[in-house]
Amino acid sequence: MKPMKLMIVDDSNIIRRKIERSNEIDGLEVVATAGNGVEALEKFREVRPDIVTMDLTMPEMGGIECVERMVEINPDIIVLVISALADKATAIEALKKGANGFLCKPFSEEELNKAFRELMQEASYG
Amino acid sequence: MDELDLQVFIDGTTDFFAQMGGEKADVGTPYLVSNCNSEIKGFTGIIGVSGKRRGSVYFTAPPVLLKVLLMSIGEEDTSHENLCDMVGEVANVISGSARKEFGQDFLISVPVVVVGRLDKIVVPAELRSFVVPISWKSYDAALVISLE
Repeated sequence: MKPMKLMIVDDSNIIRRKIERSNEIDGLEVVATAGNGVEALEKFREVRPDIVTMDLTMPEMGGIECVERMVEINPDIIVLVISALADKATAIEALKKGANGFLCKPFSEEELNKAFRELMQEASYG
Repeated sequence: MDELDLQVFIDGTTDFFAQMGGEKADVGTPYLVSNCNSEIKGFTGIIGVSGKRRGSVYFTAPPVLLKVLLMSIGEEDTSHENLCDMVGEVANVISGSARKEFGQDFLISVPVVVVGRLDKIVVPAELRSFVVPISWKSYDAALVISLE
């Protein structure tokens, strides 16, 4: 079975690398990373990922707008928002715009892997 | 800004270090300042706050603390760029976690990172600014909170 393609979007290089290092789940392969929403959309069209992790507060284009645009391009995309914005209203807004999960920073490797497993399971039933 | 507001940032700071650094940070007694330049410790991540509240949140730390923090999360590259990234991310996460209490109208900017002294940045005179001393793995850092 082909691995699901993962794209990591965060303006922090160290967070992108932390997610890459944590990503030891079978069935996921990192195919692209991006540091803002504009770059993310360009790469999204190129590499057609199955799963995206998305920061919200980024320069040039924020994560919420980027999620909306990605869902327009591919309604089946699975988006895990990973953000420092820890209020419920932001999480609900992200979910309404098309995100499938929300993880608050700071996060542990276990929390991240659990979120990935849940989303991959959801995708396999979808 | 009152004690309850300060506690929100203190909780965010202790959570951050416990989760990312693997060891809880000790937080000292906050104190008021009119100019935060004397608190600056080498690398400073600055978050602008707008919306329901107005002001800024600074996290300032020496390079050695940032290097140890990077290594704690498994990052071996302790270059200048990653130290800047780390200090900005700490400021970002602590400020973002405050939205649990302050809500979605507590708007935060992307981090601005300054290396060295903040000669051109002063705390607004009309705002009360609190310094929260932080000690983590025997290294000292500080959080400076200036909010309406």
